[in-house]
Amino acid sequence: MTPVSNLQRVLDQGHFAVTAEVGPPKGASGEEIARLAGLLRDYTDAQNVTDNQAAVARLCSLAAAVHVLRAGGEPVFQLTTRDRNRLALQSDLLGAASLGIRNVLCLTGDHQKCGNHPQARGVFDLDSVQLLETARRLCAGRFLCGDEVKPPPRFFVGAVENPFADPLPLRVLRLGKKVAAGARFIQTQAVFDLERFVRWMDAVRECGLHRRVYILAGIVPPRSAGALKYMSRIPGIIVPSALIRRMEAAQDQAREGKRIAVELIRQLRGVEGVRGVHIMAIRWEEAVPEIVAEAGLLPRPGGEDNNRSGNGREEA
Amino acid sequence: MIVARLKPLPALLAAVGDSSPVLVAGCQGCVAVCAAGGDKEVNVVADLLELDARRRGVERSTFRITVPRQCDCRFFDPLAAAMAAARVCVSLGCGVGVQYIADCYPDKPVIPGVDTLFAGGSQAAGVWEERCRLCGDCLLGETGGICPVTRCAKGLLNGPCGGAVNGRCEVDAAKPCAWQLIYERLKAQGRLAELEIIRPPKDWSAGAGAGPVVREDLVP
Repeated sequence: MTPVSNLQRVLDQGHFAVTAEVGPPKGASGEEIARLAGLLRDYTDAQNVTDNQAAVARLCSLAAAVHVLRAGGEPVFQLTTRDRNRLALQSDLLGAASLGIRNVLCLTGDHQKCGNHPQARGVFDLDSVQLLETARRLCAGRFLCGDEVKPPPRFFVGAVENPFADPLPLRVLRLGKKVAAGARFIQTQAVFDLERFVRWMDAVRECGLHRRVYILAGIVPPRSAGALKYMSRIPGIIVPSALIRRMEAAQDQAREGKRIAVELIRQLRGVEGVRGVHIMAIRWEEAVPEIVAEAGLLPRPGGEDNNRSGNGREEA
Repeated sequence: MIVARLKPLPALLAAVGDSSPVLVAGCQGCVAVCAAGGDKEVNVVADLLELDARRRGVERSTFRITVPRQCDCRFFDPLAAAMAAARVCVSLGCGVGVQYIADCYPDKPVIPGVDTLFAGGSQAAGVWEERCRLCGDCLLGETGGICPVTRCAKGLLNGPCGGAVNGRCEVDAAKPCAWQLIYERLKAQGRLAELEIIRPPKDWSAGAGAGPVVREDLVP
């Protein structure tokens, strides 16, 4: 099968992939997304646009993905089931494909109570596993109801997983369901606790899942000790206290945060089954090029020429 | 049962305004069990309405009647005389009861005195919890008798999400993660393999919005 996206090609060819997150703004302009996509495109294989992340209303991820495309990047279009029923999910997937978007990340999404419109009614018509199956079905030429999709879309489909939630056997079991439902790549929750992550990877390898799906470990470079402490309080994120102490002791915390990110990437690269990293430098995207460079991940494969097959470059 | 809660008093008083007489209609069904709309609450609400009127120098009288069930008009005979005399009715029945009274007496304003919350039960005195979302397509047999539609904050059919920590829900740490409960129960029953089955999208058309239910064998 020919890869449908640059990200898929990089992974299929066995390169260690690098993606980065681009958060859409709380405003009606795509300029900042385009600037960030321009900043990141030569340092990452794809740029991931979040979908009302943390249940905070923002410029929509579909439009943001188009801004990334126009800026010469390769978007990963995040799609949550929190805000859309099965009609909207399927039509957004077709719309995204028609605009040249080739990577899609299927999530349930953070609960609306965690965000800035806690009074909202959550949709949750489907869950993320069912959305993965829906995407696969669309690509195979059928809507959920059985009607024909003509022409069908082509997507490289991904999902998320949290190695730090428990119980571990249930996490791995659910990862298996996502893979069975069509996930080709997995972005993990931010890794700070390497030991715990390695334990999860051991369980993943035990089931052979690492051979069936590309696992991209999540990296959040901490900008300050305060930011790291804040993250440690988010449900599902584990930050070892030694790491917080190290940040607190640092003269230049931002510098130390980048160093931590680079170290984590180097260590994760050595974990069997980890096929890349996904860097979430929220509102600190400027740090990404330096981190990628220092982690020894440059140049990116295919970054020079533009045989980024299937993405919007040729089509734009 | 249907679980309801008395409306906040200021809102109720505002809705009744200066109306008099007021019929406060209770129900001996679910709302009596959850201490929101039975005999006792009818008297409390009627007393408060009278007290409020007196404090504001307004004349007000009340009727206080509790019927066996407000979700069946055949029990409404005791309401007839008071309904004829009253200016408004405050129903302490659930949303069904309010509508049935309003249907039977379409020329009278009917004010809901309770907020209808959910279908649930009580495992401890004074505590009621939601247990059923009335989805019309029960899958409890597959989930160890624990409803993910109701008890998982996201209603995941292929859970859990990534936010559950130490068995608690990320949305409300006071609640257990439904999928962790399901996992533990199925594990104890030696049924973990069933968790690997991908549950397909649910047919939501079977639940809310469906109906009416017609049982030919019971239709005269």
